[in-house]
Order: sequence, then C-alpha cells, then structure tokens
Amino acid sequence: MYSEKVLDHFQNPRNVGEIENPDGVGQAGNPKCGDIMKIYLRVENDVITDIRFKTFGCASAIASSSMATELVKGKTVEEAWNLTNKAVAEALDGLPPVKMHCSVLAEEAIHAAINNYRRNRGLPVWEEESHDELVDHHAHHHG
Amino acid sequence: MSRQVYLDYAATTFTAPEVVSAMTPYFTESFGNPSSIYSFSERNRKAIDAARQKVADVLGATKEEIFFTSGGTEADNWALKGAAWRNRSKGNHVITTKIEHHAVLHTAQFLQENGFDVTFLDVDAEGRISLDDLKKAVTGKTVLVSVMFANNEIGTLQPVAEIGAFCREKGILFHTDAVQATAHVPIDVKAMNIDLLSLSAHKFYGPKGVGALYVRKGVRIDNFMHGGGQERGRRATTENVAGIVGLGAAIELTSGRMKTASARIGGLRDLLVEGVMKTIPYAKLNGAPSGERLPNNANFSFIGIEGETLLLDLDGAGIYGSTGSACSSGSLDPSHVLMAIGLSHEQAHGSLRLTLGEETTEEDIRYVLSTLPGIVKHRREMSPLWEDYLKSIEGGR
Repeated sequence: MYSEKVLDHFQNPRNVGEIENPDGVGQAGNPKCGDIMKIYLRVENDVITDIRFKTFGCASAIASSSMATELVKGKTVEEAWNLTNKAVAEALDGLPPVKMHCSVLAEEAIHAAINNYRRNRGLPVWEEESHDELVDHHAHHHG
Repeated sequence: MSRQVYLDYAATTFTAPEVVSAMTPYFTESFGNPSSIYSFSERNRKAIDAARQKVADVLGATKEEIFFTSGGTEADNWALKGAAWRNRSKGNHVITTKIEHHAVLHTAQFLQENGFDVTFLDVDAEGRISLDDLKKAVTGKTVLVSVMFANNEIGTLQPVAEIGAFCREKGILFHTDAVQATAHVPIDVKAMNIDLLSLSAHKFYGPKGVGALYVRKGVRIDNFMHGGGQERGRRATTENVAGIVGLGAAIELTSGRMKTASARIGGLRDLLVEGVMKTIPYAKLNGAPSGERLPNNANFSFIGIEGETLLLDLDGAGIYGSTGSACSSGSLDPSHVLMAIGLSHEQAHGSLRLTLGEETTEEDIRYVLSTLPGIVKHRREMSPLWEDYLKSIEGGR
C-alpha cells in the first residue's frame, strides 16, 4: 500500500518535536478526520533555519509531515511557501489516492506557520489557496 | 523481529488441520455432483447430510432447518431480504441496531431504499440495546427484528433470549447474526426463540466461503439464490461439498472444546486487558466487562494516537491486530460501532482490537504487554492531540 519512502519517513520521522519560542507556528487538520499537523518555524534572515512538527494521524500523515519539513528546511520563506502538496507526495514516491489529503495537510500547516510568522513580524499575510478538489471528501464527511 | 503474534481471530481463523483433512477427499476422489443420482455421488450426499446434522446439534435445531450458504454475508442478506419481501403484505417495518455488521446494516439500508421503514436501535456505552427501546419501536407493521448475537468489534453480547421471547410473543420474526458467536458461546435456537440465525465457518476454524442460515421450521422467507433445486429448493447452486464438510467438522471441533477454550482464552484476554490498563495511561477498554462479551475480544482506545499508525508499528513488531479508525478503512469516518457507544472521534480513531484464539499463548500476551506501551508512548510524544489532551486534564485540576 505504501512506498518504501513513506514507510521510512513513518518509521524514522525527521524533525519531530517543538521549537521553544518559535518565530512561527501553524496547525492544519481536524481531530474528526483523524489527522492534525502542527509546524514550528525558526526563521533567520528570511531563511528557515529550523523546523519541527508534531502530527496526529495515519502513516501517510506522519510521513508527509516529515518529508515536508525536510523539503523546506534551509529554504527562504518564499520558497517554502511555494512548496506544493504534489511535490511532497512526489518526494515520497506517491501516496495512495485516499491519502492525498495528508500531503495537502502538510502544505496547509506550513502556510499557516508562515503566515503566523509574517503576522508576528507585522507583515501582510499571504493568501492561502484552498484545495477543494482534494479536501472535498473531508468537508463532506464533516456534515 | 521473527516473533509473530496473530491477534485478529475475529477477522478470520486458520482452518484447523483436522478440518482440512476432512475436506480433502471431496476435492479429489469424491468429486461427484451431489445432485447426480448415480452411486458415485452418494458419499457426497451423505457427507452434506452429516454436516447439516452437526450444525443442527450445535444450535439445538433439526437438520431440516439448516441451509448452507456462501458465508455469513449471504446468510444475513437472505434472512433480511427474504423475510422482508415475504412479509411485505403484513407490514413494512424492520428493526435492527446501529452496531450491526455491514452485512446487516447495508442490507437494512437497501430495504429502506426499497420501501421499508427501518429503525436502528441505539446502544448503551457498553454496546447493549435496551429491551424497552425495542418494545417502544415495535409498531403494527413490524415484520422483522434483527439483532446481532455478539458484536464483531467490541464483543458485547446482546440479551438474545429476552429479545427472542418478546418477538415470539408479538409474532414478529427474530433474526440474529451469530457469525462471531457460533461455536464460541452457547446457543440454543429453541430456548432463545430464534427464527433465523446466520453463521460463518471461517470464524470457528473452518474454511472461508461457506456459512449457513438456520430457518426455524414453519418460517417462510423468499428465496435469495434462484436456480436449481439444491438445499430442498431454498438455495440454488451446486453444493460446495468440501466447504460444507469443513464447516461441519469445524463446528463440531470448536463447539466441542468451547468450555475449556473460553476459560483458557478468556483468562489470557483478562491478562491482556489488566496489563494494558495498568501500563498505558489513559487507556480505555471499549465494550462490556468480562463475562458479558466474547471471551476472546479486547478493544481499547488510546487517546492521542491514530489506529493505522498503531497497527503498522505493531506489524513491525510482528503483532497483527485491527482498528476501528477511519484511516484503515479508506473512508474518513471512524467505526460506526465505536461512535454508537459514544466515543469521541479522537477516541474512535485511536482504537485497537485484539482478538485471541487457539494458538494464542501466555507468552504471546506477555510479548504484547512488553511491546505495546512503548509504541503508544512513542507515537503520543509526536502527537499534538496528546499534548492538547494533557493540557486539558491539567487545566481541569
């Protein structure tokens, strides 16, 4: 069901934990769906120098969080903002179709953390895109 | 890790070696079609007859009341649709529960889409229906009540004898899905006033793909499989001779050792439950207390972690269990059973079912108890939900 990469990141997740007094923190997901992702950022000179996550969810949610943190660490805030859920899923050698929303969650959590950082710095927040086509069945089940 | 601990006997059992031996001749030398009149097929007719008698003996029925099917799901479909269609001139109301297996639940929903009113009874926090609720739900149009004998996820036993007595008094047909209960707990269809009962061989060390429906003498239901005249014209298709022989051998074997098996397995289950509750903080046992649930069933919720994660970590340690979490099912909704007993989404997502069986040893249980707490702790440490939960209970103090 899962690729070797998903299983690797699930069994040995990178960048797990929290950052004391983070420059930005953001959360995505909902306990009803069974997944919540929380991202902590340390930003120095517009570069993400450290990133940590905590995730409640299935294997693909944990692997997506781990991979997303690896992909944005060392990147500028703007580069990190442009990370798409598709790039996260591709870096994991794909996710099963019913689990694609886990990669969306990673993108959303990073966006939430970046906007929290921008807010803290007195910068205007960037517009967060919705992923209706992927989160539709989520919303549907929330009734 | 070389150790393998299978704790998913409620999903399926292995086929007992003596059952396989009993079946083998019916694949090879004795392959004749039981419907053929020549003497070559006589052995097969007799073998089916003997298996039918074994099922009847275990249920307290007569062999004319036992009809073989392709499994529990077909037996449930046949019972519900057959009883509903047969009686639709009398009424269009069916009563069942919110915690049935999908074989009953989805069949009941199909009846709903086809002109029947269906009441889905609530259950209490331990998964039991209330007899008062049942009595209140009955109307002049009620033609069928279907309540499972024991739940497949949480193991809770229903007050079947009381339900049967009430339905008989009211002249309403009573079906019970006894797929998890048959050969594991005592069943007497006469004493319990059961009209229709579903069972499946692969839940009691028989082969997959064969089951049976008990239909009390005098109860008429519509046919479900139309075709030839097999099963006395009630269920068409060439008999699965080897499977039927296997079902007969398995029900005899498993019910024969019921008393000793349930004492031994129940003891191990209690050891597992006590160990988990003692070593894992904020663990919750789902279902009824020992004695009011299937002896082999344990179902826990560990707040803060998600079930699929738990299953994969356990798999890595060679332990095989199951979960009511949504993520394992491909849907995003957690188990309807766990929601019906009042669990929060978070608790239902963090559920783990471990079901024991013939080959489970005390060593296996001790291995689980040495492995599971560490897995739960590890995954909780990376869970924002667990962090929030700890804060909420600290805040409450």
